[in-house]
Amino acid sequence: MNTPISWLKAYVPDLDVDINEFVDAMTLSGSHVEGYEKKDKNLEKIVVGRIEKIEKHPDADKLIVCQVNVGSETVQIVTGAPNVKENDLVPVVLDGGRVAGGHDGEPLPEEGIKIKKGKLRGIESFGMMCSIEELGSSRDFYPEAPEYGIYVFPEDAGVKPGDDAVAALGLNDAVVEYEITSNRVDCFSMIGMAREAAATFEKEFIPPVVTVKGSGGNVNDYISVEVKDTDLCTRYTARVVTDIKIGPSPKWMRDRLAAQGIRSINNLVDITNYVMEEYGQPMHAYDLASIAGNKIVVRRAKDGDTFTTLDGQERKMDKDVLMICDGEKEIGIAGIMGGENSMVTDDIKTLLFEAACFDGTNIRLSTKRIGLMTDAAAKFVKGLDPNLAIEAMNRACQLIEELGCGKVVDGVVDVYPNPVSEIELAFEPDKMNRLLGTDVSDEQMLEYFDRLGIKYNRETNMLAIPTFRQDIKCMADLAEEVGRFYGYDNIPTTLPKGEATAGKKGYAERIEDEVRIICEGNGFSGAMCYSFESPKVFDKLLIPADDKARCAIEISNPLGEDFSIMRTIPLNGILTSIATNYNRRNKDARLYELANVYIPKSLPLTELPDEKMKLTMAMYGSGDFFDLKGVLEEMFEKLGFGKEVTFKPTGDHTFLHPGRQADIEKGKLQIGYMGQLHPEAADNYGIKAEVYVAVINMDVITMLSTFDRKYEGIAKFPAVTRDLSMVVDKSIFVGQIEAVIKKCGGKLLEKLTLFDVYEGEQVAEGKKSVAYSMTFRAKDKTLEDAEVGKIIDNIVAELGKLGITLRA
Amino acid sequence: MKEKLQDIRDKALASIEQAKDASMINDIKVAILGKKGELTQVLKSMKDVAPEDRPKVGQLVNEARQSIEEKLEAKLKSINNAVRVEKMKREIIDVTLPGVKKIQGHRHPNQIAVEDLERVFIGMGYEVVRGPEIEYDKYNFELLNIPANHPAKDEQDTFYITKDILLRTQTSPVQARIMEQGKLPIRILSPGRVFRSDEVDATHSPSFHQVEGLVIDKNITMADLKGTLDQFAKEFFGENTKTKFRPHHFPFTEPSAEVDITCFKCGGKGCRVCKGSGWIEILGCGMVHPHVLEMCGIDPEVYSGFAFGIGLERVTLLKYEIDDMRLLYENDMRFLNQF
Repeated sequence: MNTPISWLKAYVPDLDVDINEFVDAMTLSGSHVEGYEKKDKNLEKIVVGRIEKIEKHPDADKLIVCQVNVGSETVQIVTGAPNVKENDLVPVVLDGGRVAGGHDGEPLPEEGIKIKKGKLRGIESFGMMCSIEELGSSRDFYPEAPEYGIYVFPEDAGVKPGDDAVAALGLNDAVVEYEITSNRVDCFSMIGMAREAAATFEKEFIPPVVTVKGSGGNVNDYISVEVKDTDLCTRYTARVVTDIKIGPSPKWMRDRLAAQGIRSINNLVDITNYVMEEYGQPMHAYDLASIAGNKIVVRRAKDGDTFTTLDGQERKMDKDVLMICDGEKEIGIAGIMGGENSMVTDDIKTLLFEAACFDGTNIRLSTKRIGLMTDAAAKFVKGLDPNLAIEAMNRACQLIEELGCGKVVDGVVDVYPNPVSEIELAFEPDKMNRLLGTDVSDEQMLEYFDRLGIKYNRETNMLAIPTFRQDIKCMADLAEEVGRFYGYDNIPTTLPKGEATAGKKGYAERIEDEVRIICEGNGFSGAMCYSFESPKVFDKLLIPADDKARCAIEISNPLGEDFSIMRTIPLNGILTSIATNYNRRNKDARLYELANVYIPKSLPLTELPDEKMKLTMAMYGSGDFFDLKGVLEEMFEKLGFGKEVTFKPTGDHTFLHPGRQADIEKGKLQIGYMGQLHPEAADNYGIKAEVYVAVINMDVITMLSTFDRKYEGIAKFPAVTRDLSMVVDKSIFVGQIEAVIKKCGGKLLEKLTLFDVYEGEQVAEGKKSVAYSMTFRAKDKTLEDAEVGKIIDNIVAELGKLGITLRA
Repeated sequence: MKEKLQDIRDKALASIEQAKDASMINDIKVAILGKKGELTQVLKSMKDVAPEDRPKVGQLVNEARQSIEEKLEAKLKSINNAVRVEKMKREIIDVTLPGVKKIQGHRHPNQIAVEDLERVFIGMGYEVVRGPEIEYDKYNFELLNIPANHPAKDEQDTFYITKDILLRTQTSPVQARIMEQGKLPIRILSPGRVFRSDEVDATHSPSFHQVEGLVIDKNITMADLKGTLDQFAKEFFGENTKTKFRPHHFPFTEPSAEVDITCFKCGGKGCRVCKGSGWIEILGCGMVHPHVLEMCGIDPEVYSGFAFGIGLERVTLLKYEIDDMRLLYENDMRFLNQF
């Protein structure tokens, strides 16, 4: 919403504040100012001058030398403009002044153009006479200005030499742009904003006094109105104007429209535009001659109907679009755009005015389906006050009369089956103060309400809320009115009292914090990826066609296929980031993400899906499978459940290297999986390096983790260390060997360390050499060699069953 | 006897003084104090001394022994010191050579910002809670005073899964869920992912984060809301930060406000970060709408409360002067390494 200050002053004559003060105060009272533009920001020292005398320039054919009376003196100005003559009144920028731009109408320079006295072909010139473009405007808004040349004030302009030319042109104005919130429909109008400004600055608000004289006749003889769908059209008012005289609008109206950036067309069009700006109520004008049967019918369209709007476009209708029809045919889309078939032309004799109230939601949905948004529809979608329709109608007719645009027939057709009236709310100052934490007096509150047009009945203690304030429905709404005029900045600052509460994070969040620390301590940086992705990722990740992972939740209105399903596996996001790093030639990358995947219980969704928190890690560059595994092992240890976690070889994950992947388990609990990204999948992401990934189920981690620790005492008795070096089939994983050693070692086995794995010349084909160091210790005594010997024998015997022999 | 002791002592002290290294000190020690050392010999000859003189002679011997031992020790220490000084002279390193680093990962800037926020509010007695990211229309809209066909549903450009299930457009549904549970008083902070149908560009993302705060108790006032956010702003953005509350509209709060803070870059003078205004819009807030309390089963005649919502990315981008939101989702190591 934009308002020129000058237009607001039409209703708040005492509004006389500096623009900065205006902007700040309006923002603090709830009309958030997004910006403003001072039309005269670069206009300095510009006065009205009268050309007393014109002589030819002695040395230049195209220049003339003018003596210009600028009030206090007469100055000599040289110009090349062809259109001026003696006695013309023109805007003159004096030596040292400033204009907005050049006469060519090019975009205006930020700082304007400084004007200094100088010589033109040897003749001194003490200023410049200005074109409308040089003053920062255009012929669109000053149609009386010449196409090329100096602006000449019309004879009736009432200006004299020395007057402020900027003020005389109405350019000493600022247009303020507000962000109006959706609840304040009334503020999308000059009158609404003027009311706010008056209330903000405690000035008198004087809305237009609307009277229509009428010229006899009876509107019912001209037109009848039937509203069939009263749910979509809550009110329809119509008046008729005869003897239409199309002509230009008066200057004051053109100026106000110009200030608002609306070009003047003719008196009739200007009046509807003017009323729409002033009241926020769209109006529509029909040529009565084009209306068959002197009848208006408001009804829904039928599915499949087509209709040609006045922009010449044929459009598809459906049964939820409301149409304005005459006795035979459709003549307009209600509230959106009129039809080509009832368009007003310059030949119009008799006019039918429509001011109606259409259901905002229906208009909004219709504009979307039809694909047509108009200024009128933009007003209706906000949900207008039906009582506004009649006010605007009469205002328009008053202007018709005042501008001599036609004769208004007596009477109004007003179809308004369910009139909306003021609601009443109790005046509860204590409750309002309690909600705000303030101590505003009753009188003060009532004064705020009075400024807003909310009347108080002392006898009933009730406040009557005008219908244009549809947003005020309860005590809290009234408290906001008190708050914003008392000033939010005057409300004290306190802290909540009452029962103390313990600030904390949930257990799962604490575990996540630990996981972050461990990941980062090992070189993994936090990544953030999208929750939605393309269904193509399943192919990219080589997921089989019948895999459960492909059962993903689809967004019904996605931004595009790339963002159309909710991820069921967390790898795509992080691999995309890994690819980004790889393509940008970053030498190493290690990333982790903690985020949800979304697993539907059934499809289509009938209840909320499971949102599963996953830790996803990915890396390339320095480090391999075992570096990543080491990080995980350290993580599990730090989280208090490191022992008995197994990394079980598997080939189940199609997107991982078949020989380099493991399921991570503890007992029957699936902690997650890790491995090298399948080279084909890596190819699909354009990564030509070995990528290692891990996906960890945070719900399981949270369940297993514990911050409980019990001190066990530092060993008092000496340990016995034995090394075992063995020859093993290549196909045997060290995990199997370790399981045997751990089982035989029992409680006495304190530590088991793999210190060598070797394949090569000194080992037979198909075999590898594996060497372990074992530490045995008893808590309560010094171990005898014999005891340890027995255990070792046992281990060797058990390993023998796997075909493992000790190395000679 | 006495003279002899004096003689041994003088000679010993003199030779200790002359000693050049640790082995010479040791030789002297053996020659004087060792089993066959001079002083030991004197001690052995004690039996020849008259019994009544023995204590006195004994004392003299001990005195001599003590002074020699002290001297030996002092000399040894000084020799060792000299040796160490020499050694250290040969051990000079170039301390300007680079350190050996272990690769450290870096926290995502958005995560740092959320943790900073959590810390402030946990300190004020708030519990951090979470809610579902895929949510029922009921919690995301209906219980928040946004009925069917409300224009806000359009404004927020919601991603729908079904008619009733959607990607939450705000963290506010967590409010409704917590209120519905009915455990009072409430002081919660709920950070999380939210989704809106915005095309990706430098300032928009279809996925971003909000941090929602909610307090419900008896006698909670708008003054409490102001005080709380004022304290938050000071702790989060710096002691000198000021706040400005502007009236605004949200369907689920009444009265509502938007809050600006004095620009943390320029302190309010006006700069590029605050676009010259000196103020930065940072969050939306308000008193929980009585109708929302009612719908969630809380009696608005007894309880009142406030809620606020902070756009996390906005805070992150401003705080770290990141000029393009897309950087947050690219995860380029050269970006992440800066945090």
